[in-house]
Amino acid sequence: MQGDTTIIKSGWMKQRVGAALDDQLGLHRKRRPTESLIQAFLFFCGVVSVFTTLGIVFVLGREAMLFFIHPEVTLVEFLTSTKWQPAIGDFGIWPLVTATFMTSVIAVGVALPIGLAVAVYLSEYASPRARGILKPILEVLAGVPTVVYGYFALTFMTPLLRSIFGENVVEIYNTASAGLVIGILILPLVSSMSEDALSAVPRSLREAAYGLGATRLETALKVVVPAALSGITAAFIVAVSRAFGETMIVAIAAGAGPNFTLNPFKAAETMTGHIVRISGGDLSYDSLDYDSLFAIGLVLFLITLALNLLSQQIVRRFREVYE
Amino acid sequence: MSADIFNTRLDARKRAGMISHGLFMAATIVGIVALTALLYTVIVQSFGLVAVENRVDPATLAVNGVPLEELSKEQLIAILQANLSAGVIRRYESEQPFAERTRENVYALVLERVVQPRIVESWSLSDSLLRRAAIQAETAAKHPNAKLVFRSWLRPDFITKPQASVPDLAGVRTAILGSLWTILITLVVAFPIGVGAAIYLEEYARDTWLTRAIQTNITNLAGVPSIIYGMLGLAIFVRMLEPLTSGTLFGAADPTTANGRTILSAGLTLALLILPLLIINSQEAIRAVPRSLRQAAYGLGATQWQTIWHHVLPSALPGILTGNILAVSRAIGETAPLVVIGASTFIVIDPNGPFSKFTTLPIQIYQWTARPQPEFRHIAAAAIVVLLVMLLSLNAAAVLLRNRYTRRW
Repeated sequence: MQGDTTIIKSGWMKQRVGAALDDQLGLHRKRRPTESLIQAFLFFCGVVSVFTTLGIVFVLGREAMLFFIHPEVTLVEFLTSTKWQPAIGDFGIWPLVTATFMTSVIAVGVALPIGLAVAVYLSEYASPRARGILKPILEVLAGVPTVVYGYFALTFMTPLLRSIFGENVVEIYNTASAGLVIGILILPLVSSMSEDALSAVPRSLREAAYGLGATRLETALKVVVPAALSGITAAFIVAVSRAFGETMIVAIAAGAGPNFTLNPFKAAETMTGHIVRISGGDLSYDSLDYDSLFAIGLVLFLITLALNLLSQQIVRRFREVYE
Repeated sequence: MSADIFNTRLDARKRAGMISHGLFMAATIVGIVALTALLYTVIVQSFGLVAVENRVDPATLAVNGVPLEELSKEQLIAILQANLSAGVIRRYESEQPFAERTRENVYALVLERVVQPRIVESWSLSDSLLRRAAIQAETAAKHPNAKLVFRSWLRPDFITKPQASVPDLAGVRTAILGSLWTILITLVVAFPIGVGAAIYLEEYARDTWLTRAIQTNITNLAGVPSIIYGMLGLAIFVRMLEPLTSGTLFGAADPTTANGRTILSAGLTLALLILPLLIINSQEAIRAVPRSLRQAAYGLGATQWQTIWHHVLPSALPGILTGNILAVSRAIGETAPLVVIGASTFIVIDPNGPFSKFTTLPIQIYQWTARPQPEFRHIAAAAIVVLLVMLLSLNAAAVLLRNRYTRRW
């Protein structure tokens, strides 16, 4: 029975208990031969996703290994050099990583405070009617394809930045514009995940705070947000991972050509942007360029995977459970 | 003593509450402003004034005082023959004999090859409305022969015409067809596998380490950047399975393609991409069907599959379909993985099957956006409007379906 209590924890697992009960009662013992066939097919469907993961790991790992055993390349150079110029044999991933970091930091810098404020507003302040109007708008924002955001960055955000800071300061392609627009892109993600976390905090906690004379702001910031912190943190991490992997916006607006710089108004190419630009051209298979893309892809995959696992771990570890 | 302190602090606390309320609201408005700015940018670029310059003035092509628009087919052919080299005429003849062409077709040829209207400059809608006089003066000074006309870049021609190298004549027909073909393949592959996996996980799987591993794996796959799927597709579908995806295995290869960069590869890649999302959505729909329904079926002697097929699935179907539509609309807007697996940059022939070369609407938008000439900016905007309308109607369908058929238990 001890097993059962651990099972009940997550929503998905709750169903398992029902299924286990059916099992004990022998409710679906009766089976026809074709049914085993069907079940085998369904199992195969379930396993396809595992093969996808294995495929990703295999493909990225194999090509990246081919890249690293190439005489021109060393792992040390890959991880330490600040130059990425495949034409003359320089393969240091840092310029791509700094550009990725810059767009992501700008994006999260925009999306994090605004997204959290939106979530607090929707869950603590807004009337049901206002929520009914605002939430679909945010959902529309989340459903716009990223290539459209890229267009938006190039034709709206960049000219805006250039008119504010001066055309000499801001280049036509720059990471600031791309980062700001990625921020708009991940804003709905942050706000809706955070709002879910805030809404899961039971009413009784809020009422206790009001009963002690707290204002609405104090209740929201000192009671509700701390209680939902694990969910909010998870939302932030997922948003960071999304910003890291975002491709089209940076491919269109951030610039072509790796550039080791920390100036957000200069052009620089991110990891994803580089992959898209090189693979979009005439790329011959089994060349060093081709293999180098997979090495970058592997780094990108590992970073985003680590972030996603971290976010799941936080939810599992630090979630406050209220009955 | 404390009452005073309490009262002064109370005011401060209330003020803080008021200010923060305003700030929270302002944050929410940022989202709305962003959406408005986005739509505004796209709309403003889709319409506007253009300055058109003709290489040959149509008035000089008039025959015996009859203007160009009213000439007969034979007269138009004569104009073509007078102005084009014999080689070009022969090429058109071999494409489709002039005898079989309609008058409209020949007229379009005359416009395209002889008159050659060229857009020398273009303006956005906001400029066209607010700075009309300035634009007129500018055009008169810079392009004395040009005529200023108002142009909607988004027009029926734009949707029915294939891609072209001149922005003025380019359309999105091949791109739309490419998108539809790709999505068809994606759906055919992803729908059964996604729903199957969801049924397995919800109805059959016991709580073993394998089940848990599959579930965790699906959650993680949903967070993998789409470009990684593109690399997977490039290595597996385009290269490793080339005989299959290029169609040589079935003897159905498209002679112009004959490599793995086909609609089939694109569709399969997108299928893998949306599979996690699709499984998660379907699982939720199946989970919402109450257990009592299943037990009632078992009580009447139904087998497990009969229960699932006749009772669980029909009840969960609206939810599954809604989830599927949302996943598909994600696939329609996806660009990066398709660029990576090698979308064609320039296709004028309609794709005619899974083994054709492909381009899709988002890829077309990307390529046009990347061009420096401002005219491409306008057709990119028009293509975005087409894409958004497609997505919006899909999402509206999903919402309708959800509201209409969802059962409450």
